[in-house]
Amino acid sequence: MSTFDIDKIAELARIRLKAEERAKLSKDLESIIRYVEKLAELPTDNVEPTSHVLNLENVTKEYKPRDAKVSEHVLKHAPAKEKTYFKVPKVVDN
Amino acid sequence: MKYEPVIGLETHVQLKTDCKIFCACPTSFGEQPNKNTCPVCLGLPGSLPVLNKKVLELAITAGLAINCHIAERLHFNRKNYFYPDLPKGYQISQFNHPICAKGFIDIALPSGTKRIQITRAHLEEDAGKLLHEGIHDGSYVDFNRAGVPLLEVVTEPDLRSSDEAYQYLIMLKAIMRYAGVSNCNMEEGSLRCDANVSVRPVGTEKFGTRSEIKNLNSFKAVQKAIEYEIKRQSELLDSGKPVAQETRLWNEERQVTITMRSKEEAHDYRYFPEPDLVPFTVSRAEVEKIRKSLPELPQQISARFQKEFGLSPYDAEVLVQDQRLAQYFEEAVRSGAQAKLASNWIQSELLGILNERKLNIETSPVSPKDLAELVKLIENATISGKIGKEILPRMVDEKKTARQIIETSGMTQISDEKLIAEAAARAIQSNPKSVEAFKSGKTNALSFLVGRVMKETQGRANPQLVNKILKEKLEQAV
Amino acid sequence: MEKNNQIHNFTLEESAKALKSGQCEPSDFYQALRKRAESVDPKIHAYINYAEPSSVPSANGGVFSGVPISLKDNISTQGWETTCASKILKGYIPPYDATVVRKLKEAGAYIFAKCNMDEFAFGSSTETSAYGPTLNPWNPEYVPGGSSGGSAASVAANEAICALGSDTGGSIRQPAALCGIVGLKPTYGRVSRYGLVAFGSSLDQIGPLTKTVKDSALLMNVIAGHDPLDSTSAPEPVPDYTADLEKSIKGMKIGWPKEYFIEGIDPEVRKALENAADTFKSLGATIKEISLPHTPYAVAVYYVVATAEASSNLARFDGVRFGLRAKADTLRDLYFETRDLGFGREAKRRILMGTFVLSSGYYDAYYRRAQKVRTLIKEDFVRAFKEVDLIMTPTAPTPAFKIGEKMDDPIQMYLSDIFTISMNLSGVPCMSLPGGFDNKGLPIGFQLVGNFFNESKIFRAGHQFEKASPFHTMKPKI
Repeated sequence: MSTFDIDKIAELARIRLKAEERAKLSKDLESIIRYVEKLAELPTDNVEPTSHVLNLENVTKEYKPRDAKVSEHVLKHAPAKEKTYFKVPKVVDN
Repeated sequence: MKYEPVIGLETHVQLKTDCKIFCACPTSFGEQPNKNTCPVCLGLPGSLPVLNKKVLELAITAGLAINCHIAERLHFNRKNYFYPDLPKGYQISQFNHPICAKGFIDIALPSGTKRIQITRAHLEEDAGKLLHEGIHDGSYVDFNRAGVPLLEVVTEPDLRSSDEAYQYLIMLKAIMRYAGVSNCNMEEGSLRCDANVSVRPVGTEKFGTRSEIKNLNSFKAVQKAIEYEIKRQSELLDSGKPVAQETRLWNEERQVTITMRSKEEAHDYRYFPEPDLVPFTVSRAEVEKIRKSLPELPQQISARFQKEFGLSPYDAEVLVQDQRLAQYFEEAVRSGAQAKLASNWIQSELLGILNERKLNIETSPVSPKDLAELVKLIENATISGKIGKEILPRMVDEKKTARQIIETSGMTQISDEKLIAEAAARAIQSNPKSVEAFKSGKTNALSFLVGRVMKETQGRANPQLVNKILKEKLEQAV
Repeated sequence: MEKNNQIHNFTLEESAKALKSGQCEPSDFYQALRKRAESVDPKIHAYINYAEPSSVPSANGGVFSGVPISLKDNISTQGWETTCASKILKGYIPPYDATVVRKLKEAGAYIFAKCNMDEFAFGSSTETSAYGPTLNPWNPEYVPGGSSGGSAASVAANEAICALGSDTGGSIRQPAALCGIVGLKPTYGRVSRYGLVAFGSSLDQIGPLTKTVKDSALLMNVIAGHDPLDSTSAPEPVPDYTADLEKSIKGMKIGWPKEYFIEGIDPEVRKALENAADTFKSLGATIKEISLPHTPYAVAVYYVVATAEASSNLARFDGVRFGLRAKADTLRDLYFETRDLGFGREAKRRILMGTFVLSSGYYDAYYRRAQKVRTLIKEDFVRAFKEVDLIMTPTAPTPAFKIGEKMDDPIQMYLSDIFTISMNLSGVPCMSLPGGFDNKGLPIGFQLVGNFFNESKIFRAGHQFEKASPFHTMKPKI
């Protein structure tokens, strides 16, 4: 069974693991992962993975520029904004 | 220890479409923050991407212009990470089936042409912009740029100096502009560049540890940053310390690279095929159609200049870096100017003069035909090169032709041997010490006397004749 | 008409007719339904909120003029809060309508109420909603199924004329079965996903939950069809789904997949299926045993693929642009606090699982492998439909279970999807119809699976079955 680092995964997913949750979630995930291990029983070397169930290809669009007229609404309901910017806590790496 | 730098460049080229890559929002610059947005590029719940057809066409055009193989089948992947300028929490990009692969760009170096291989080029959507300056208690996010189409072009680590890196960027920019794919303007953000730099002892094959340099905002910055990094790494290794594999930021003010402060976990982007976009196929017929519609590209024009006009590869490459420059040159030659002379006069004289006056080749008051006239006058010795250098700025400032200036200023070259002989005789007479110096083998005595004659004739005497006549006289003098 | 002229008991067909003929005014219709809802909803909590009377449109001559539709709260409605039953979307007001909503409005309908659901559609019982569970109208100690539990319960309790839900692994069909109504998952790509808050992008479909098969067909006539805003939307033309309803099903071959009828299946479920099979035989169809050999692996594939897609789809919930934002002084806190406060336990579990199976070192062993097994599952259906017209299976392994019964054991919960998941993995259309009751009076449903884009055949067989059985006429005493 593959061991996994729940803290690393939680960090990647920006999910906080509180002490009381961590144990249960860890256990749940281990049992789910154990369950899905059964997929290894099947011979799949010569099978193509399915990413899309229909055989659609080449869906493109010839766009003409337009104003979607949503920005005012979205900004109005934004959690934090100043002028017409979204505002977030200071980003510190540049 | 002597080290050899090994450099690879990753550039993001902003494709010149009217609309974003997955929605109909305008890509226009300078709009009010967050005006050019919609549910798709804001990543609102329930929104879905649909690929802009023009983006695919421009990507194929760009790929062909840099000699890439265009994939028969391609698809998009999600690149998952969190950052405030990334609305969906993932970027739609390409991972294992990029649209272009295995191309090259030839660059001009004084030593000759060098081929820089391109590993791949792939499509992706741009993120929004973060602003920090002057905001005391936070940062601002503007999503106007989110969803603008980018082509990421990655080179093999073939570059061996900051000059080569610079030349590569110059040529990439020229190619993309000629092909009509992008403006490639670093100051405007339509071209972005990260550099991967490592060093290794000269003569060894194994790659050293490389660092990635970001925050490069101009071609010059790329050059300087690479130079700094080469020096930094060499010094580290010389003092027995290892080079860390890391991302460093170029600090323009202090002209140094510094470790990125954030202790980010190693990026695990968890790439997987984008389920909201179906795969794409590109027929060879379509590729050929686009290939045929390509305009003459810098490499082809350069080759033509070399073949038709006998220019050196280096001179040809420099001229084609700017499409308008190449056009100017060609028109001058077609107006009768000798090619090499025209090339020199444009590159060494005209551009400098224009630059001083905050003009460029496009806004030059001197037309190619006018330049051709000047060059022809020099070529047939009507005026000397020196005089030519005086005339050209006046042509720019007074907006007159060479002929007009010469006629009003009496600057035609003196080739009358009798006149020159008289002036030469006067120079020798006034400078007996030079004669002795010449006799005792000091060759700069001759140059000094030539200078005297040129001064007396206001630079109009034919320098070759002056030289010849003076030398004869000096040798005759006893 | 029968049914005591009580509007809330009308089918969609009856409602559309009554409104179109002018027999009922849209506002009267609204009032009647609202009155019914206010009487029963406090007992079952199918609804999150209602439309105001002012949003009732006047008759526009459309085929659904004045018809109220109940909508699962993960389908975007312009100007109306859309929460996915999650705290993280509290206060999120979409600036646009989902395509299905736009189509319904164009047909003259309006959204009457937003239906409760499992948070972000993660669940099979509607117990993970941030607003509290919905209860089964047949017995409020039992779950209505999920994740479209609110949609199913509202239709079963006659506080909706019809509803839309979404189905990623059975979320329309399983609650339809547990509530004794008709629920259809269309062929993948048949109905636009634009505006549906994404869970499993390659699996999701919006579909109807209705009182009769014909109602389902009527609704599909309006909501199905290609959407240029959805790249995964199928270009197949939409037939009139009601056209073949009355045609006999004599000679139709219905497959009975042995893997769905294993030892240990709930005996009452088996009985209901056998009775249904008998009914089909009496209508002239033949039942043929077939094999879908990879069925036992479907749940495992699903919990890799669907969680992977979900983990990525839910990354956009970060507090930056919309919805909940926790108090935070740093960017790091912004993400962690917001997502901690905003997501329930099941959401966190699935996000973590999905992140894991995509992560470096595990992608091939989990995600890629699951996608390969998905191909095998799809091929099972492709092969089967060469032999049969339709396939019949149970919908859920048991009738409704008690509130709280499965909440502690995720595997137990996930296994309730065992009969519905394969159809999402392969993309084929599938409908659940009422097939009987257990000894506690709880409904049992069965599925009719069709070949790609063959909803018409499903409707035909379903409608004929309905005419020959009493179950659709039976309603909970509420």
